[in-house]
Amino acid sequence: MAVEHPVTVPSGDQTRIHNIGYRTYDGPRLGRSYATRSLYSQSLRGAYGLGRSVKSKVLPMLLFVVMCVPAAIMVAVAVATKAKDLPVDYTRYAIIMQAVISLYVASQAPQSVSRDLRFKTVPLYFSRPIETADYVRAKYAALASAMFILTAAPLIVLYVGALLAKLDFADQTKGFGQGLVSVALLSLLFAGIGLVIASVTPRRGFGIAAVIAVMTISYGAVSTLQAIADAQGSSSAVPWIGLFSPVTLIDGLQSAFLGANSAFPGAVGPSNGEGVVYVLAVLGLIAACYGLLMRRYKKVGL
Amino acid sequence: MYDPTVARLTYRALLGRRRALILGALPLLLIVISVIVRALVGADDQTASDLLGGLALATMVPIIGVIAGTGAIGPEIDDGSVVYLLSKPLKRPTIIFTKLIVAIAVTMVFSALPTLIAGFILNGNGQQIAVAYTVAALVSSIAYAALFLLLGTVSRHAVVFGLVYALVWEALFGSLVAGARTLSVQQWSLAVAHKVAGGDLVTSDVGLPTATVLLVVVTVLATWYAGQKLRSLTLAGEE
Repeated sequence: MAVEHPVTVPSGDQTRIHNIGYRTYDGPRLGRSYATRSLYSQSLRGAYGLGRSVKSKVLPMLLFVVMCVPAAIMVAVAVATKAKDLPVDYTRYAIIMQAVISLYVASQAPQSVSRDLRFKTVPLYFSRPIETADYVRAKYAALASAMFILTAAPLIVLYVGALLAKLDFADQTKGFGQGLVSVALLSLLFAGIGLVIASVTPRRGFGIAAVIAVMTISYGAVSTLQAIADAQGSSSAVPWIGLFSPVTLIDGLQSAFLGANSAFPGAVGPSNGEGVVYVLAVLGLIAACYGLLMRRYKKVGL
Repeated sequence: MYDPTVARLTYRALLGRRRALILGALPLLLIVISVIVRALVGADDQTASDLLGGLALATMVPIIGVIAGTGAIGPEIDDGSVVYLLSKPLKRPTIIFTKLIVAIAVTMVFSALPTLIAGFILNGNGQQIAVAYTVAALVSSIAYAALFLLLGTVSRHAVVFGLVYALVWEALFGSLVAGARTLSVQQWSLAVAHKVAGGDLVTSDVGLPTATVLLVVVTVLATWYAGQKLRSLTLAGEE
């Protein structure tokens, strides 16, 4: 008679992981800062299409050339006519070329962040040692650097040309320095606004349109209102209206502190007191963009 | 030629979720600005014409046109879900035509309607300005939607090219080179508006017959070619 022996269940956990002989990784672990730097350099290269397909190189390179060619022509004219001064101030150049700069940030900001959202690669980044703040900082720094390269390159062309034309060295260097500070602030501001808008939508096309709409519509609205305020004789309102679009913010800031001639109607920029408000507004906007990006990626990373 | 299901899907893609809010923000801004201007300046025909011409017709209509025109088909091609639509027993030109109708309707509602409202706020339709610019916005909506829908089928970077056309060609070159103005949807629609308004506040560089012919030709040709492109569409992988 078969006695059914109850299966004795040994106490304790039965599960175990068999060591099947894979080697563990014992190379160097490069850590968080290395990963952040890699993300930065990849994003910066990506902003000019380097390391991507030929098709995606066309637009950023084209915009870069379009930015630099007028500067080269101005230099050529200045050298040929032996002019005493460059036809355009260093600080004015970016304001004139604002359409190109807006197009660049509109096309590259979504390229930088929207694709990560659409293909859901953001969680993969965060499974590496980097943190939310690292991702945001790397992307922000990369786009701002790319914009700085775009806006500073024509200034370098102008400066080198001015020195070759034997214009006054001290005067040109001062103007060049002021121009660099102005485009650095412009790069940070535009990159921040572009990234905040682009990080909301996974659709690249929609992101491009949204960024360009914010840039051009706000400029169009502000300059229309300024022109009307100027024509109505209330010129004191002109600087305050200028606070509401990125381009006029930079314009007002540099005409208050960086010796630029304002492109505002009536060519009257903000006074020093109003200029402080402009500086606060620009820095506040940059900080706000950073904060909004951090908030966005706190959520989206999970 | 018109398929209600495709139309419904396209409407949902264009206006679904929060997108309608973003599309609605631009017209709202125009109306807010008109209220401010009316409060500052009072009713003035020249100001009204400048604002409607500079902000509404030159900036807002093309941007809405780009969003609606390329948005009607671009994202579907981009993420490959267009194959499910193409595999249905529907003629490709029918799909394009339906999407065109939807894009035109969306562009008109979000650009022509606010233009009319803004015109009435600015000067109460004095000298027919509000109606003239509304007609211009309606006419250019059709041409822009057809043009940008074609771009959406041709290129993955349709939005950028559309914006380059609208902002660089029409606005920048148009103000520098007179010849560029002949080839600009904005000027063609202004020619129609000129006919409506009659006065010399609304002017165009193009004659009305030329403008009408060009508008019709561009719209028809773009729609036909978009249908042809869709017939031989190859789905490329992500770059």
